[in-house]
Amino acid sequence: MTYLRRYWPFGAVAVLALLPYAGVGIPGVFDGPLNSPGTLQLLALCLLFGGLATGYDLLFGRTGLLSFGQALFVALGAYGADVLITKAGLPLALAAPAAILLGTTVAAAIGAIALRVTGIAFAMVTLAFAQVGAILAARDAWGLTGGDEGLALDVSGLPSGLVGVVNTYKLYWVSLAYLVIVMIVVRRTVSSPTGRVLAGLRDDERRVGVLGLNPYAFKLFAFVLAGALAAAGGVVHLLLVQGADPKIAGSELTLSLLVMVVLGGPGTRYGPLLGGVLYTYLDYRLTHVAGGLPGPLKQPLFVLGVIFILAVYFFPGGIAQLRLRALRRTL
Amino acid sequence: MSILQVRDLNVVLSGLSILQGVSFDVAPTGVTVLLGRNGVGKTTTLRAILGLAPGIGSVTFDGADILGRRTHELVQKGLGYVPEDRCVFAGLTVAENLRLAERTKNSAYELVFELFPELKKRASQRAGSLSGGQQQMLALGRVLLTENRLLLVDEPTKGLAPKVVTEVADALARVAVRVPILLVEQNLAVVRRLAGDAVVLAAGQVAWTGGASELLSDHDLTKSLLGVGSHS
Amino acid sequence: MSTVVLLAVTGLGLSALYFLIASGLSLVFGLADVLNFAHGWFLTVGAYAAYWATPKVGFAGGVVAGVLAGAGVAALVELVMIRPLYKRTIAQVLVTVGLSLAGVALFQALFSPDARIFPSPKWTQQVVGFLGARVPVKSLLLIAGAVVVLAALLAFLRWTRYGLIIRAGVENREMVTALGIDVRKAFTLVFAIGGAAAGLAGALGGVYFESVSPTGGASLLIFAFIVVVIGGMGSITGSAVAAVAVGLLQQFVNYYGSAGAGDVCAVALLAIVLLTRRQARQA
Repeated sequence: MTYLRRYWPFGAVAVLALLPYAGVGIPGVFDGPLNSPGTLQLLALCLLFGGLATGYDLLFGRTGLLSFGQALFVALGAYGADVLITKAGLPLALAAPAAILLGTTVAAAIGAIALRVTGIAFAMVTLAFAQVGAILAARDAWGLTGGDEGLALDVSGLPSGLVGVVNTYKLYWVSLAYLVIVMIVVRRTVSSPTGRVLAGLRDDERRVGVLGLNPYAFKLFAFVLAGALAAAGGVVHLLLVQGADPKIAGSELTLSLLVMVVLGGPGTRYGPLLGGVLYTYLDYRLTHVAGGLPGPLKQPLFVLGVIFILAVYFFPGGIAQLRLRALRRTL
Repeated sequence: MSILQVRDLNVVLSGLSILQGVSFDVAPTGVTVLLGRNGVGKTTTLRAILGLAPGIGSVTFDGADILGRRTHELVQKGLGYVPEDRCVFAGLTVAENLRLAERTKNSAYELVFELFPELKKRASQRAGSLSGGQQQMLALGRVLLTENRLLLVDEPTKGLAPKVVTEVADALARVAVRVPILLVEQNLAVVRRLAGDAVVLAAGQVAWTGGASELLSDHDLTKSLLGVGSHS
Repeated sequence: MSTVVLLAVTGLGLSALYFLIASGLSLVFGLADVLNFAHGWFLTVGAYAAYWATPKVGFAGGVVAGVLAGAGVAALVELVMIRPLYKRTIAQVLVTVGLSLAGVALFQALFSPDARIFPSPKWTQQVVGFLGARVPVKSLLLIAGAVVVLAALLAFLRWTRYGLIIRAGVENREMVTALGIDVRKAFTLVFAIGGAAAGLAGALGGVYFESVSPTGGASLLIFAFIVVVIGGMGSITGSAVAAVAVGLLQQFVNYYGSAGAGDVCAVALLAIVLLTRRQARQA
């Protein structure tokens, strides 16, 4: 039993990694068989957003920081790598680390300023900074970002194995690898002494201050780490959709990350992952299937927004808590 | 028959147990003083009675259980509150601070201005620019405008000059003739002058109850309970 | 010179729009600690109400409809959605986030996602001579609207009992209840006031942009947030001053610099204010 409990994540990753070899379909859930490019693309997005939500939860659920700026770092990863590959002709192996470094550096600079205020003011300030990214992306800043249309990725700069519909399964593996890395990084951070200080900050910042620790430094660490994870996710998103557009820089992306985390269960190990997967899946399915539904139900954001509001009132612990409660009831 | 009965009051704030089973009575006349060293939960006791801190147990005011009731309703029922550190509205004028506290047409401005003529003189001055003593008078004046059946007064002489302490004590003595007071006070000279009954808290529990003069005349008892000599 | 006057007037028009949104946000935040992401949606509600009513009852009636719709929806949101979460600040923010997402999507479903042409009266689309420049009437209309709202708000806060309660509550809400006042009634009131100002911004913004769209409120909201933080939360005069600074800065830099540079400058101004403010405001 304990073996199962300890090692099931490895089994889960193995099963997910083997999905591209599964020719079966799940009718009603996916349109094609599991290994069709369309289904793999959707699954890859689900895993990517599971990872992005888990990284964002490092701020919201683990440290208690309500940041509205996460989209900026995703966008820096996506646009950064895109511009370096498409405009500067760099290979992916150089462009990806450079873009992640860019996101991390900007996160450090913005965090240093924004963390001077706390609580709701911090939320507003991060939102304002992220807006700069959205403006630069949408206005084709320095002729680099392609404006409203976005910047399509010049695939000739990529390894040939990552190009084309037939290779979607490899991009799926990239997403899976990203998710696994985020899960490990967050897990290790949370269980480290630093992670316990972060939890202390979330519960009662004054008590951490009393211990002689500097809350500012720890919060900045969490902010920068989350920014780096977001930028890496941005690079993966760029590869998945072969381009970057202003949507990825907008506040709506941050808000949806927040919705994913709250739906899944903030501060839990698998909650944000579940929330990210479920949100991405529902968003996609409601957009593509909802044609026959009446009125506002056609709008995925209407349905998701309403579910989210109900979740805040009726299951504030998210899906993860819901599962625990059901488990406790059966025991 | 007491005006306020506190029974087995417990308060937990951000995971820390502040009060553990506090029980005492407040006499229907005169001043009952709540004593104890810093951090034993005197202010929390007042706040829990008023519903400003979450309490478990029972608090009976004038025969009705009031624990868990909303603060503004309790105040309207005649529970007046003068908080620690005054809490006057610094950006409002003295007159506006008083006007905010009005509840009926016939507010007792004559009484307030007779006790604290300074407030009338400085009516249009911003409360934030008053001295500590004047702010305390304003905080007292605010509750005296309305009819109260019990006043909860938290450290009214804290940080005040000796002359002002006497003025505030004079005012409290005059008020105590009309309405009972539950007073938190560290200044033992003021306690000696005003108090009838005394309740001493230690580490979130009631350590001693009895007459205030009885407590203060026993030097060793005072020293062990409050950490200061009664002659100081 | 005439360019400067034109930019000043159009910039102040923008300032007026920001002020109308920020004043409500600032009051709601200052008194009730609620960061209201749905405030932009109140503006959208007002804009569509004016869009719907103007052809039926005329422009003035349309503006009134926008104000009433904004106030009504805001009061309802406070009573039904915010109040049950009293003192749970983060949960309140989350609910307004959900409302802003679902609200925009609702309008997209009801009125289509595309912008619609606002039925502005002819006179609002003209220009008049002003200090040697030809300035748009619609900017002057917004400025007039904002000045009226500013004066009305200041008078309300200064001279009425509820104004007194709100000013005291922004300073120390707990002490207001300890004086026997039900401060939550004032919450509903500030939501309604903020919603009314946002509804007015929606109606006049419809004239200004000559169109209404479901997402119109959300994009203005971010600059309103900037104005609120710079101006100091809970301060109406602070919001007014900050709105003027941000609007003018944005307009002038966008004209003399490259497009979008003014928007970035507004955020830079926010960073400078935060870095230089000696004691950062704690929320």
